[in-house]
Amino acid sequence: MQLDDLYRQVIMDHYQHPRNVGELAADAITVDLRNPSCGDEIKLQLQVKDGVVTDARFRGSGCSISMASASMMTEAVKGLPIAEALALSRSFRAMMRGEEPDRDLGDLEALQGVSKFPARIKCATLAWQALEKAVRPQPAE
Amino acid sequence: MDVAAVRRDFPILQQTVNGHPLVYLDNAATSQKPRPVIEAIRHYYETYNANVHRGVHTLGTKATEAYELAREKVARFIHAPSAEQVIFTRGTTESINMIAYGFARPRLGPGDEIVTTAAEHHSNLVPWQQVARATGAALKFIPLQPDGTISLDDVRRTVTPATKLVAIAHVSNVLGTIHPVREIAEIAHAAGAVVVVDGAQSVPHLPTDVQAMDCDFLAFSGHKMCGPTGIGVLYGKRKWLDEMEPTYFGGEMIDVVELHQSTWKETPWKFEGGTPIIAGAIALGVAVDYLTGIGMEAIRQHDRALTAYALERLRRVEGITVYGPARAEQRGGLVTFNLEGVHPHDLATVLDAEGIAIRAGHHCCQPLMRWLGVPATARASFYLYNTEQDIDALVNALQTAKEFFHHAIG
Ligand SMILES: Cc1ncc(COP(=O)(O)O)c(C=O)c1O
Repeated sequence: MQLDDLYRQVIMDHYQHPRNVGELAADAITVDLRNPSCGDEIKLQLQVKDGVVTDARFRGSGCSISMASASMMTEAVKGLPIAEALALSRSFRAMMRGEEPDRDLGDLEALQGVSKFPARIKCATLAWQALEKAVRPQPAE
Repeated sequence: MDVAAVRRDFPILQQTVNGHPLVYLDNAATSQKPRPVIEAIRHYYETYNANVHRGVHTLGTKATEAYELAREKVARFIHAPSAEQVIFTRGTTESINMIAYGFARPRLGPGDEIVTTAAEHHSNLVPWQQVARATGAALKFIPLQPDGTISLDDVRRTVTPATKLVAIAHVSNVLGTIHPVREIAEIAHAAGAVVVVDGAQSVPHLPTDVQAMDCDFLAFSGHKMCGPTGIGVLYGKRKWLDEMEPTYFGGEMIDVVELHQSTWKETPWKFEGGTPIIAGAIALGVAVDYLTGIGMEAIRQHDRALTAYALERLRRVEGITVYGPARAEQRGGLVTFNLEGVHPHDLATVLDAEGIAIRAGHHCCQPLMRWLGVPATARASFYLYNTEQDIDALVNALQTAKEFFHHAIG
């Protein structure tokens, strides 16, 4: 078990200096999500215009993995059409299952080591779950 | 108490985890099991597995006798006046829910009060929230002192003639506080209320005497006291159990069944609908024998000494915050803390890499976390097989974690 596999420099950097922390205008899509088993929380806000994520912000509390993952996720999805943001989320989840990334995931690949720490995967996926909840088409009433 | 000999009774402790000898400090979540308990389960399934209270055959008789003997052992262990006051359940959570559904709901209504504390495990809070919602009763909270203790004056102020039920943990699973349940029971009874004691963290660690405590109900779990998971106990005063409604209806619990109505067996069997957790109950009886053999007073002294040692060593770690009462005498065998700059989950992962198992998170006590003003905490909890070396390993690993994180964050 190698801690350095988990706590990569990039992760620590995002943990210490999280990007996109804050709030968006009132018309942004807002998702509050918590991990009931450990208490991690995230409030994710997305601005979506013409099917494209134009801005993303979050606030949260949690461990280094969950906060770094949220920070990286907001950076990665900005500017992506919703379908691509969801595809990215699928790739990220596949990586968490231990599969090789099917595309270049950039900074996010620093989180690949989390897949070797099963107890921590839910920390890394919390922000992505919030993303999916925010942009997935709602079932018709 | 010969800890080295005790440790040899626990096969799981003989292993290494991530290349280090296992240091198991998560006993408040679940304890490890000694060989006699594991053997008892195997022996039951290999030699006399049969359903209880039904068969005429030899194995059925043997299983029934062993199951009922376990009830007697548990009754003696908690000083219950009779074995019939011991109901086997799945654990503390189920026991408390049975009281909530079978006892509290039919009795409470608008204007009545349920009194508890903000330090309760969700299992001793959410069932009462549900009772309050269903009956219109109000939920009231005894305030906590800054160190997590409660004052009897506050209990007297909170409990009123409208109070019908007081629910409190004997020992808090986060702060470790040992609450004065006997005095609380006196105050509650004077007001005409019944007392439900959550004994999940006390029965495994302190000598228990339900008659001296004078509680109306006591709930606890086998798996935190060297027994298997899936088995627990609900103790109650005779008259309450006789009046209380069963929660589960069906086989085993009935007396006469007609097409449109039925009658129940006597207490405790009316509460044990369906095939019970036979091997679990028998193994819990063996766990109780094991603990009694070592002595609950000796176990308490051992826990207290370890807690005192842990408090002293942890307080000297720079950047640490320890929650709960200051002195080991006021505490059960656990210490909850936070290390500045390291989230408890990260801490638990770093400790795990050194073979040390602790708990990190909200410990099923979200309201208490809010009261403490933290999202999560780390907890080390002890039992009869832990040693001062285990605590030394913990403290050294905390130092490693601090250095690792300060270095990583740079
Ligand atoms: C104080 C307290 N109450 C209730 C419970 C619930 O016990 P169980 O999960 O065995 O039902 C626990 C266990 O974590 C506990 O510590």
